[in-house]
Amino acid sequence: MSRYILRRLLQLVPVFVGTTFLIYLLVWALPGDPFAGKCGERACPDAYVTRMREEFHLDENVVVQYLRYLGNLLQGDFGQTFSGTSVGELIAAAYPVTLRLAIVALLIEAAIGVLAGVLTGLRSGGFLDNLVLVSTLFLISIPVFVTGYVLQTVLGLRLGIISPTVSADAGFGELLVPGFVLASLSMAYVARLTRTSIAENRRSDYVRTAVAKGLEPRRVVGVHLLRNSLIPVVTFLGVDLGSLMSGAIVTEGIFNIRGIGGLIFRSIALREGATVTGVVVLLVIVYLLMNLLVDVVYAVLDPRIRYV
Amino acid sequence: MRARRAAAWAAAPLSIVLITTACGGGGEPGGGSAGASGVTISVNGTEPENPLVPGNTNETGGGKIIDALFSPLVEYDPTTAQPANMVAESIETTDSQVYTIRLKDGWTFHDGTPVTAQSFVRAWNYTAYSPNGQQNGSFFSHIQGFDQVHTEDPDGTAGPQTAPQPAAPEMSGLRVVDDRTFEVTLSAPFAVFPTMLGYRAFAPLPDLFFTDKAAFEAHPIGNGPFRFVSRQPGANIMVERYEQWPGAPKPSVSGIEFRFYESAEAAYADVVANNLDFIEVIPPSGLAGNLYRTDLADRSVSRTYLGVQRLGFPLYDPRYQNPELRKAISMAIDREAVNQQIFGGTRPPADGLVAPDVPGRVAGQCGDLCTYQPDRARKMFEATGFQGPIELTSNADSGNAEWIQATCVSISNALGVQCTFVPVPTFGEIRSAINARQMKQIYRSSWVADYPSIENFLNPLYRTGGSTNDGEYTNPAVDALLARADAAPSAEEGNALYQEAERLIIQDMPAIPVYFQSFQAGWSERLQNVTVTPFRELDLESVTVSEQ
Amino acid sequence: MSDPSVLGTAVAEPGSSGAGGGAPDRARSLASDAWHDLRRRPLFLISVTLIAFLLVLAAFPQLFTSVDPSAGDLARSRQPPSAQAWFGYDLLGRDVYARTIHGTRVSIVVGVLATAFTVLLGGTLGMIAGYHGGWVDTLVSRLTDVVFGLPFVLGAIVILSSFREAVGGGAVGITALVVLTMAALSWPVSMRITRSAAIAARDQDYVRAARALGAGPARVIWRHMLPNCLAPVLVYATIALGAFIGVEATLSFLGIGLRDPVVSWGVMISEARDYIRVAPHLLLFPAAFLAVTVLAFVMLGDAVRDAFDPKGR
Repeated sequence: MSRYILRRLLQLVPVFVGTTFLIYLLVWALPGDPFAGKCGERACPDAYVTRMREEFHLDENVVVQYLRYLGNLLQGDFGQTFSGTSVGELIAAAYPVTLRLAIVALLIEAAIGVLAGVLTGLRSGGFLDNLVLVSTLFLISIPVFVTGYVLQTVLGLRLGIISPTVSADAGFGELLVPGFVLASLSMAYVARLTRTSIAENRRSDYVRTAVAKGLEPRRVVGVHLLRNSLIPVVTFLGVDLGSLMSGAIVTEGIFNIRGIGGLIFRSIALREGATVTGVVVLLVIVYLLMNLLVDVVYAVLDPRIRYV
Repeated sequence: MRARRAAAWAAAPLSIVLITTACGGGGEPGGGSAGASGVTISVNGTEPENPLVPGNTNETGGGKIIDALFSPLVEYDPTTAQPANMVAESIETTDSQVYTIRLKDGWTFHDGTPVTAQSFVRAWNYTAYSPNGQQNGSFFSHIQGFDQVHTEDPDGTAGPQTAPQPAAPEMSGLRVVDDRTFEVTLSAPFAVFPTMLGYRAFAPLPDLFFTDKAAFEAHPIGNGPFRFVSRQPGANIMVERYEQWPGAPKPSVSGIEFRFYESAEAAYADVVANNLDFIEVIPPSGLAGNLYRTDLADRSVSRTYLGVQRLGFPLYDPRYQNPELRKAISMAIDREAVNQQIFGGTRPPADGLVAPDVPGRVAGQCGDLCTYQPDRARKMFEATGFQGPIELTSNADSGNAEWIQATCVSISNALGVQCTFVPVPTFGEIRSAINARQMKQIYRSSWVADYPSIENFLNPLYRTGGSTNDGEYTNPAVDALLARADAAPSAEEGNALYQEAERLIIQDMPAIPVYFQSFQAGWSERLQNVTVTPFRELDLESVTVSEQ
Repeated sequence: MSDPSVLGTAVAEPGSSGAGGGAPDRARSLASDAWHDLRRRPLFLISVTLIAFLLVLAAFPQLFTSVDPSAGDLARSRQPPSAQAWFGYDLLGRDVYARTIHGTRVSIVVGVLATAFTVLLGGTLGMIAGYHGGWVDTLVSRLTDVVFGLPFVLGAIVILSSFREAVGGGAVGITALVVLTMAALSWPVSMRITRSAAIAARDQDYVRAARALGAGPARVIWRHMLPNCLAPVLVYATIALGAFIGVEATLSFLGIGLRDPVVSWGVMISEARDYIRVAPHLLLFPAAFLAVTVLAFVMLGDAVRDAFDPKGR
C-alpha cells in the first residue's frame, strides 16, 4: 500500500507540468490584448502597452514564457499580477478561505445527502422518498443565485440572524449558510446517488445473508449495507471538493467570500496568466490528493479491492 | 482679459467657504456632530488595477483612492463640478497659451517634504515620457515639446517595430521659475487647460518616487487629505486623515477603509444592513423597480454624472457611411421608453453630445434627430437601401445587455428590420478590435469626462485624429471650429464655438447619443452630510458620522 | 426484501412486442429483458409520455403558440401574467409563454446531447481505466486530473472563440459547438464515477467467472460490468442534465454561447436574475419547465436502472 501511495505521489510531477502548461497555453490563446482595455474608452498609449508587454515578457514565444514561469515557480515565486500584487500573496489569502468554505459545503452535502439517501433508499416510494425527490428537483431547477439571494435577504436582512456578508476572516460559523447554498446542487446528487446505491445493495446476497443470519436491522444497514453502498458516494465527494473550491463564483459573489473562484474568474477576464496558472495548479494538487485518498478509501470500504 | 480670468478663479474659493460653513454649522438637527473625529468609515471599492501612481491610473477602483491621497492644483466643486484652485494659488494667462502657476505655501507631502513647483514639473515630465509607459501620458499632449518626449509605435504594439527613443527627456514647455512658481507653455492656445489640471494625471509626486519607486508603490506618498496606511490585497486599503493637510474643509472622519467586494450585490446588502458605509454603484437587482428607494429610504441619491452613453459607427466600414442611415437609426430609438423600462427613469434621454452639469453645455442640441419618430425614421431608412440585419455589439462583462436589447427592440419595431445584440466576451477583446479598426457592427461607446468641460466631450471624440475618435470621423469644418474654440480668449466665447461645433457634428451623427449616465449611491444610517461628486465619489472632506 | 414480480418477469411472453425482438427460444438478452420489464412500470410510462411531449414541443413549437418569441414592445415591459399573455411579458415586452415554448428546443437538445456525450466519453474512459487498472488506469486517471483542473470558463472561452468562425454563424453549428465544448470540459466527473464502479465490479465473482470462461475484455465490459456500473452514472446523468441546461446560459452571458434570437430556458432564467423581487414570473415559468424536464429524466433514469439491474431479478 505504501508503495502504491508513493507511486501515486510521484505521478504528481507530470500532471503538474501538464496542467500548468495547458493552462498557460489557454490563457495565452484567449482573444484580445490584455492591456487594450486598461485605459477606459481611450486607446492606451503605445508606450504603456509596450512597457507592460516587456515587463511581463508577453512578446516572447509562449513556450519560453512558460519555461520562465515554471523556473520561477520552482523557486517558490508565483509571479505578479499586472497591478503589481504578488500572486503568492493573493493565493495565501484566498486559499484558506476557499478550503474552509468547500469543507463546510462538503460536510453539509455529505451529512444531509447521505442521510436523505439512506432514509429514502430504505423506504423507496414512500412519502419521504417523494419529498426528497421534490426537494431535489427544486434544488436543481432553482439557480444558486436565487437560493443565495433569498437566504441572504431573509436570514441576513429581514431576520438579522446572520450577517449578509462574510467578514474577511471567514470563520467556519459564518460559512454555514454560504456552504449550504454552495452544496445545494451536489446535495441533490449525493442524496439520489446514495438512494440508488442503497436500494441496489439492499437486494444483494450479502445483505440477504446478513438478514437471514438474524442480524439486527440497524447493524445490517450500518455495517454491511452502508459500507458497500458508499463507494460511488465517496468517489463523488472526493471529486466534488475540487469543484466546490473552484466553482463557488456565484456564492462567493453573493456573500462576499474572498475565495479563489472569483479570483480565477477575474484573472481569466483580465488575462492574468500567472494568477490563473498559480491558483489552478494548487487546485489540481488538491484533486490529486483527494483522488488518492478516495482510492485508498475504496480499499478500506470494500475488502475485495486490492492495490498492488 | 487677465482680470476676467483672475476673477473667475477668485470666485472659486468662495464656493469652498460656503460648503465649509454649511458643514461646520451642523445643519442636521439631531444627528450631525463635529465631535466624531475618531471614526473610520468604510467605502465600497474594487482592487486597483495598477500600482497607486496618479499618472498610471485611469480606472475608478484605483482612481478613488488616488483622489483621497493626492490634492491636485485645481479641485472641482463637489456639487457643480466648477473648478477652483486647490494647491494652486493662481493660474494666470494672457493668451491661453502661456500659463503661470503659483502654488500656495505650506503644502507638504505625507512624508513631510514640501510640495514645490519641481514636484509638479518632474511628475508631469515623468508621466509624459513614453519609455516610462504611463497610461495617462497623453494628457500632456497640449504642452509644448510633448512630441519630443512621447513617441508612438510606427506599426502598432502588435507589430515587430518598436517606438523610437524620444528626442528629449523633458518637455520644453515646462519651466520652473522658483520653488512656488512654474510656467507652462502650450503648443497652441487652449483655454480649457486650467480645468484639466484637476485631473489626477496632473498630481505632484514626491522625491521618494524618483529615488525609490518600489518603496513608493508599496507605500504611496501623496499630498492629499488622507494618507496611506495599509493594503491587504483582495480585501482593503486603509487611509487615515493627514493632519497637516492645509486644504479646506478639513475632513471630519479620521480614516477610510476602501473595502473591496466580490460583487456590487454583496456590497449593497452590506449597506442595507449598515455594515458598509457607502456604495456608489447600486447593483441592477437594487435598481430594478427602484427597489433601492425603499431598501435605503432617505439614504440614497440618484444623479447624473459627466458621462454619455453612445452607439458608435465604424465609419471606416462602407456600410455605415451614409449619414441618413445613422440619423434614421437615431430617430428609431425610443429613448424615453428605454429610460423608463430599463433604468426606472434615472437615465435621461440624450438630447445632445454633452452630459448635464458640464460647464459650457446647453440643452437640446440634438433636437429632432434624437427624438423618437418611427415613421420618419422608417422612410429615411428605406431610402438608404441598407441591407441585412442591424447588429449592435458590446462587451458582455459590463452589464449593458439590457438597454442594448431594449434599444434593438425599439429599432426593429420602428424600422421593420431585424436588430440583434451580439455580445463580445470582454472589454479587452472589444477594445482590441476597436483599436485595430476592425469593427463590423454598431458598438457601444460610452464616454465619461476626465474633467468637467464641454471641450472634453468633443475634442477627444470627434476631432480628426482625436484620442478616442474610434469611428474615424472626420469633418474639416468641425476641426476648424474646434481649433477656434480651443484658442478662444475667454471661456464664454470658447463655449459658444464648442456648442456650434456640437450642432455641426450632430448633423453627421457619427455616433448616436442614447442616454446620459447616472449613478445611484447609498449609505449607512450613521453617515450624515453626504455629498456625492459628479465623479461618482463620496466627498470625503464634508461627510460626517453621527454616533448612535 | 424479495419482490414477487421478480419471478414474474422470467415468464416468457412471446409475440407481444416486435421491439423485444431476438430469438424467443434463447434465454432473452438483458436488454430485451429490461425492455419487457420497463413497459409495465408506471414510472417509465409517465416519464416517457412527458419526454415525448417535450420532444413535440421542441420539434413543433408553432403548434402551441403563434406568437413570435423575439417580438418585443417596451410598453408592456415586465407585465404580469394575463389572459392575453399567460406567462406575462419579460423586460423587453416579449411573451414569456412563447419564449418558454420556443426555448424548449435548445434547452432539451443542449441538455440531452451534452449529457449523452459527457457520459459516453467519461463512461468509456472510466470503464477502460477501471477494468484494466495498472498503467492504463494511471494514464487515463492523470489525463482526467489535468482536464478536471481546467477552469470551465477558461476552456470554454478558448474553445468557443477559436472554433466560432469554423462553424459559421448558423444556430445549428453553434449549438453543436456549445454541446461539444460542454462535453469536452465536463467528462472527468463521470469518468471518476464509472471508474470507481468498475473497480468495485472488476473483482466480483461473476466477472471473474466470465473471464475464466474465456470472455474477451469487450464482452466482459459490455455484458457483465456495464449493467452493474450503470446506476451511479445514470443518476449523475439525470442531475447533470438539469445543470447543463443552466450552464448553456452561462456561456450565453459570457458572450460566447448561443445568441439572440435563439431562446433557451437557461437564458430566460439568467435574465430574470435581477428581477426576482419585482417580476418573479420571469423566473418561475422557465424554472418550472426545467424542473418538469429534470423530473421526467430522473424518473426515466430510475426506471431504466431498476430494469437493468441484474440484482433486481
